[in-house]
Amino acid sequence: MRRTKFAAVLAAGVLALAGCGDSGSSDDNSNGGGGDGAGSDIKVGLAYDVGGRGDQSFNDSAAAGLDQAKDEFDVQSQESEAEDGEAESAREERLRTFADAGYDPIIAVGFAYGPAVQKVSAEYTDVQFAIIDDSTNTADNVTNLVFAEEQGSFLVGAAAALKTETDHIGFIGGVETPLIQKFQAGYVAGAEAVNPDIQIDVTYLTQPPDFSGFADPARGKTAAQGMYDAGADIVYHAAGGSGGGVFEAASESGNRAIGVDSDQYNTADPSVRDAIMTSMLKNVNVAVYEYLSDIVNGEEVGGTVTYDLAADGVGYSTSGGFIDDIVEQLDEYKQQIVDGDIEVPTTP
Amino acid sequence: MNVRLTKLLLGLAAPLLALGLAFLITSLVLALAGDPVGAVWSQLLQWPQPRNQINILNNAMVLFLSGLAVSIGFRMNLFNIGVDGQYRVAVFVAAVVAGEAWLPGYANTALAIVCAMLAGALWAGIAGVLKATRGVSEVIATIMLNFIATSLVAYLLAKAAVREEGSNVIGTKVIPESSWIPGIQVWSDVATELYGFIVITVLAGVGYWFVLNKTRFGFELRATGQSATAAVASGVSAKRMTIATMMLSGAVAGLVGLPILFGDSHSYGSTFQSGLGFAGIAIALLGRNHPVGIALGALLFAFLDEQSNPLQILVGVSPDIVAITQGVIVLTVVVSYELVRRYGARLEQRRVAAELAAGVTVAADGDRRDPDPDPSAPSAPDGSRGPGDGDVDLSKETTR
Repeated sequence: MRRTKFAAVLAAGVLALAGCGDSGSSDDNSNGGGGDGAGSDIKVGLAYDVGGRGDQSFNDSAAAGLDQAKDEFDVQSQESEAEDGEAESAREERLRTFADAGYDPIIAVGFAYGPAVQKVSAEYTDVQFAIIDDSTNTADNVTNLVFAEEQGSFLVGAAAALKTETDHIGFIGGVETPLIQKFQAGYVAGAEAVNPDIQIDVTYLTQPPDFSGFADPARGKTAAQGMYDAGADIVYHAAGGSGGGVFEAASESGNRAIGVDSDQYNTADPSVRDAIMTSMLKNVNVAVYEYLSDIVNGEEVGGTVTYDLAADGVGYSTSGGFIDDIVEQLDEYKQQIVDGDIEVPTTP
Repeated sequence: MNVRLTKLLLGLAAPLLALGLAFLITSLVLALAGDPVGAVWSQLLQWPQPRNQINILNNAMVLFLSGLAVSIGFRMNLFNIGVDGQYRVAVFVAAVVAGEAWLPGYANTALAIVCAMLAGALWAGIAGVLKATRGVSEVIATIMLNFIATSLVAYLLAKAAVREEGSNVIGTKVIPESSWIPGIQVWSDVATELYGFIVITVLAGVGYWFVLNKTRFGFELRATGQSATAAVASGVSAKRMTIATMMLSGAVAGLVGLPILFGDSHSYGSTFQSGLGFAGIAIALLGRNHPVGIALGALLFAFLDEQSNPLQILVGVSPDIVAITQGVIVLTVVVSYELVRRYGARLEQRRVAAELAAGVTVAADGDRRDPDPDPSAPSAPDGSRGPGDGDVDLSKETTR
């Protein structure tokens, strides 16, 4: 009996903890409700990846694009976020619930929705779907929005190599997926373009199917500390919410870090801001906004749209003024990539 | 009052009390968060659409198997918290074996299922052996093994993975279509199909009931769970039982991911559903380790899970409320069963005391016996014995 009680208490604790993990963004969901577009008959459904609005990273970038479109176009919207480790049927059902409730277009944020979009878009052929970070869908009513992350990462890699004083830099990936390996490949190529002998430490926080590496600041901090202790002085993270820990480690050890997805100098905690040398921008907001703009204006959508350096879909930030002295060199690299003189690898 | 009727009423009181309390507490949380309480309940308690009914059954199947695996351990007082790791190792093994397709058609499926059960059993067996030989707590061992399982599967997945061009999802080779377990079309106008694995799931539930209640092995398992020393005294090897129970629990855990693997995803990859083992713990508690209870608990959880999308999209409330409701239900079930058990024990004590008083007078007259020699005291369905039971036995000694 004693044991059973213990089991019960422990299980309850496990449940409570599991609940905590998700609770971070719970208060944001209700904001998306309703919508203000009286008179407009365009209802946008936005299905987030795990973390949802408020993750200060990937999902927030998509949210920013939606907000901009809502400001300008008078559209209604509703948002829904994924649960960690949810069933495939839950993702499908999210899209179907949107479609049944009259939402059109429906934007799926994140590659995890790939199979679900494929299946549901075939069931609702008169509804427009868009998916970010996946280009496998070929249906007429699906638009694939993908990014050349390796090109943006190339530029921040070059920046790190130009700025390092120890000729030793680092890369921290959240989860070792093909997507994050693109960031790594570009970063390494960029750094080596500047200095072929540079030492680059690479580590990933978790391996799929464990996706906690995108939301574990403590682990990010430990990994970054290890790199700084080993002599690296600039660390680039592509680890979503874990990046906060990387910035902390940089700030505490007096080193520098490079942010990802959005201009993290503006979004990170002010106390670590001065450690953020630059950020690799992945303008998901631009992709979402332009897609919605096309829909509102009745333009043709569909196919695969790649947001690369040429389209300003990726880039780097200069907030804080830490890299003002090397912008000229970076722009040279940028031009070479745009012109096709430099081909950036997508796999490490 | 009639003893049987009292037992029945008490048995009904516990779950009703639990659900009522859960309803109240969740409403309170909703009200505190400023969410529309009425709208949430009217959405949450809606009868699901045909498509959603199938989803609920499919999801419940998986949760049921997980609850079953956990409760095998519970029946022997072993807390197998490692079902999560066991099912992950097992489903990966099954996906690789089935993906390689060494055998044709359903032989391939059968081989993969056997391999999955073996993998789960062996993985759980590590904790069993550690417990039996070194006295390592199975709670600690299985939690650690969960971490190892996660890393191991991730490592092996990276080795075995194939990736479609343009996709960022990685997974094992897709199982050949001849080895899929076909779904059952329940509604002619709904594309979503019921997993064919339901047959195996039902068999697992019946097998659980049969093995635990009708076989010598099951008796020894339950006996060891209730008192290891008593079991040893009557010739049961507690060590052997520990290892065997853990392995059996692991073998059932090996089935957990298979309905999804053979019915829907057809490969194991980065988007495969996770956390099923932990849900199983809650469901085993909810179901009081009884197969029917576990099935009901699994259906309830699956039902609530299915409501999380409409809650967000149609009502605009965070889906976390579903997780909160589930957690609250588990807590209230545990608490209310304990409350009802204590209340029942007190009733029993009072009844026996009254009988005892009457019995002494009657015995003095010398021609009447104890009117109700029913030996079954109102004990919890899981077989744990309350303080009231001892009093009953004592009273019988006295009256005879």
